[in-house]
Amino acid sequence: MPDPAAVKAEMLKIYPAKTRKKRDRQIVLNEPETPPEIGANSRTLPGIITQRGCTYAGCRGVVLGPIYDILQITHGPVGCGFYAWLSRRNLVRPPAGTTNYLQYCMNTDMQEDQIIFGGEKKLKQAIREAYDIFKPKAIAILATCPVGLIGDDIHTVARQMKEELGINVMAFSCEGYKGVSQSAGHHIANNGVFKNIIGLDDQPDEAEFNMNILGEYNIGGDAWEIDTLLRKCGIHVTSTLSGDVSYDQVKKAHTVMLNGVMCHRSINYIAEMMEKKFGIPWIKVNFIGAEATAKTLRKIAKFFDSKKLTDRVEEVIAQELIALRPVREEIKGRHQGKKAALFVGGSRAHHYQDLFRDIGMEIVSAGYEFAHRDDYEGRKVLPTIKVDADSRNIEEIHVEADPLRYKPTRTPEQMAALQAGGFTFKDYDGMMTEMKKSTLIIDDITHHEMEKLIEIYKPDIIGSGIKDKFVIEKMGVPCKQLHSYDYSGPYAAFTGAVNFYREVDRMLTTKVWKYITPPWEKAPRESVALCHAGKNSAAKNEEAQSWRKPAAAAAGDPV
Amino acid sequence: MLDGTTAEIKPREALRINPAKTCQPIGAMYASLGIQGCMPHSHGSQGCCAYHRSHLTRHFKEPVVATSSSFTEGASVFGGLANMTQALNNIFTIYNPRIVAVHTTCLSEVIGDDIPMMIKKATEEGIIPAGKAVIHANTPSFVGSHVTGFASMVSAMVRYLSESSGKTEAQLQADRQLNLIPGYIDPSDMRELKRIVEEMGVKTVMFPDTSGVLDLPQDGHYRMFPSGGATIEQIKSSGDSVGTIALGHFASHPAAMKLDEKCNVPCALLELPYGLTNTDRFIHALRNHGGVDVPGSIGEERGRLLDAMGDMHQYFHGKRVALVGDPDHVIALTQFLVELDMKPAYIITGSSGNHFEQRVNEILGDQATDVVVKQNTDLFALHQWIKQKPVDLLIGNTYSKYIARTENIPFVRFGFPILDRMGHRYFPTVGYTGALRLMELMNDALLDHKDRECAEENFELIQ
Repeated sequence: MPDPAAVKAEMLKIYPAKTRKKRDRQIVLNEPETPPEIGANSRTLPGIITQRGCTYAGCRGVVLGPIYDILQITHGPVGCGFYAWLSRRNLVRPPAGTTNYLQYCMNTDMQEDQIIFGGEKKLKQAIREAYDIFKPKAIAILATCPVGLIGDDIHTVARQMKEELGINVMAFSCEGYKGVSQSAGHHIANNGVFKNIIGLDDQPDEAEFNMNILGEYNIGGDAWEIDTLLRKCGIHVTSTLSGDVSYDQVKKAHTVMLNGVMCHRSINYIAEMMEKKFGIPWIKVNFIGAEATAKTLRKIAKFFDSKKLTDRVEEVIAQELIALRPVREEIKGRHQGKKAALFVGGSRAHHYQDLFRDIGMEIVSAGYEFAHRDDYEGRKVLPTIKVDADSRNIEEIHVEADPLRYKPTRTPEQMAALQAGGFTFKDYDGMMTEMKKSTLIIDDITHHEMEKLIEIYKPDIIGSGIKDKFVIEKMGVPCKQLHSYDYSGPYAAFTGAVNFYREVDRMLTTKVWKYITPPWEKAPRESVALCHAGKNSAAKNEEAQSWRKPAAAAAGDPV
Repeated sequence: MLDGTTAEIKPREALRINPAKTCQPIGAMYASLGIQGCMPHSHGSQGCCAYHRSHLTRHFKEPVVATSSSFTEGASVFGGLANMTQALNNIFTIYNPRIVAVHTTCLSEVIGDDIPMMIKKATEEGIIPAGKAVIHANTPSFVGSHVTGFASMVSAMVRYLSESSGKTEAQLQADRQLNLIPGYIDPSDMRELKRIVEEMGVKTVMFPDTSGVLDLPQDGHYRMFPSGGATIEQIKSSGDSVGTIALGHFASHPAAMKLDEKCNVPCALLELPYGLTNTDRFIHALRNHGGVDVPGSIGEERGRLLDAMGDMHQYFHGKRVALVGDPDHVIALTQFLVELDMKPAYIITGSSGNHFEQRVNEILGDQATDVVVKQNTDLFALHQWIKQKPVDLLIGNTYSKYIARTENIPFVRFGFPILDRMGHRYFPTVGYTGALRLMELMNDALLDHKDRECAEENFELIQ
């Protein structure tokens, strides 16, 4: 294995001084016991080819967007709404009679006139028209860059339209420039969903064990796999934020006993605020990977502290593993020891390590696109994270216990007993603690670093996104898109894990990469002799044989 | 699917629903990639660049690199000069392109960033190395569409790069080089245009040219700047050409006119060579301006198309068609639909420009009264019209497939973007041979639909 420190130096070599200094802080050699500080959630320098998107993308595309029956209007020029339209695979199947607004891209198609004279009037008109045509339960307004710059007050518009139409109208100030990546948009969406939706319906679903899955977006149907698995165990999911979820389900998200957090980066804010306001504890869960899924199920069962549930969970795990094991073992046999690298998201570069490890593969390097230090180093570093100018832009909502509805679902004694037994709440330890010593951790990897990484480490597969995929594959290395799953999946839970093992197996065994060098570059011309059927019957090499065979067969054909 | 869409049309002035266009910068980025060794640069917040790269990648399934000025709140308040300067320094140091093509976004336009001043400053400060070029186009997203963004960047190539070298008329005539401005078409189409031109024996310089940039072979090597694309020298030499053939009113004519104005190069303003007549015009223009005879091989290609038009006429004749796409594409394809005796029913584009409606109505002639021809509209409106009076065939980009499924209409993917099929990446639709492919796509859609839906007694072996 190449020396990671040397690899890092090689990556940094070409950069101008200022860029080198900054990237130096974002590439670290792992220490699992004492994770080193990584310069995460800082600006991407201009001119650097990055994977990152903008604040609007994080709000519209990730957290708010997937709620299928909120009519969402992007206030701005046509592009932002257009690119966010159906381009993320958060699948939904609304009940009959419910309009799925994800199939619609609605925006104010802002023109020069509105830039000069203001766009509020057009926005109001657009909201009225949308209501008139669709009669939705709720409308969300999302801001794009020019909105903030020209000073359109979308929050006042929302308030006025709420009064006028008598439905929930909410505004999200998620202008693209508001943060250093999508992450700012997640936070803004968390704030808006918490303030405007969660808590509107106090009627809980009837269920003995009731929880939310937060930070699960149902890419390729993942949330459905998780839901099916939990249902098998006897656990009811009230609200999945935000995967195949309705406005009404989000309204009563605060009525559950437990929040399970999948993607810590995009949703930890809501988990924290729900705990403070309603007393719902949260734990980190991970349904990506067979081992991880089993661990998560046991953890949930432990929380609910019911023998019936614990027994059922063990039964389900045993059943699921019976189906999974032979596939895993077969595929592991082919790929044990192969190398993967993961550069994606704010949790997937961590979670997907479990799936690769399930089949014996090694992670040679990993990093997030838009995560913060806590996602790398663990939540214990939260108090030491400096709030910089960019983070200060994002509103931190002050939340207090709700005077009527704050009802801790576990008594302090129960919580203490659980913790005494090794159970941890708010327990995200980050990526680094689970990775090998000296593994290269690269935050917001640049195009240049990705090229160097492939050149030096020669990984067998890379998990990344659409913008990198074909760069990587042109180098003859298969790339699995871990945002869109390359239009396949699901990969969550046990059944999803099997899909993933098979998919990785397909990618690593495809013949495509073996055909890259044409035969004429493998053998010198002199060694290939033409042979005629009948003469020269002792052909000298395989190429010649293969030429002769069809000719010989043709000669023998009936006329 | 699309359950909120009803046949009842309510007044709508402010709300865009399911657009049939996107914003200027993506077009500018695509055009920039047609220059050899070019790094497209998006001056704005980094989401624009990410969205455009992602969408172009989904359409081409090829690497699409571009850089961004990565604005945060500070740059949005104080202006993007520092970001641009740092970006250019990083780009030339790390990626070392021959040229950087800057386009603006709504953000940098609203704050009024002066790009020429920034380029000048970077040049003075030595940030742009000798022999390298930086060009720019203003492409605010609140004006025009992806098509005008493309056009602006092609015009920028002329503004910044095209030069008259001062050769005498006799020298120019001896060189007899023609410029070809191909329009917002796929690399496969650009490759086909080059083949036709070569077959005709005309010396041309085509820009932009994304063939060899966005349709790369798999050879195990990644090259950030592949060998394809129009070189700076070629674009420079466009000022010394004897004429320009520009394909498409919206995407290509502005650059051709700019070239005429700047370097006194006369131009033939044609439509995209879709179908028979438009390809005839293209060949005719190459013959006249290139001073060549049309070779027999081209005549044969035309003959094969015409033969197929005769053979399959019965399946096209009288079929009602809804066509949606970019204005140049739609204008030229309407012409082909008319040639096939199809009945255009809804001919629409999301982009604005009166020329679109005028020209389509002109092509439709007597038929025009029965046809909805509309600029600046969207897929939601189209769907409502279809619900009111159905069609036999829908032609549009991938987003149209939701309408096709909802209404069970035979559907042909055409234009930009196509996100869910592969043909456009490899098989051209321009020229006579491209027209054959368009016919095949339409015919297959119509007959596959018939085979799927017809009564068993009408399910026929031979068609």
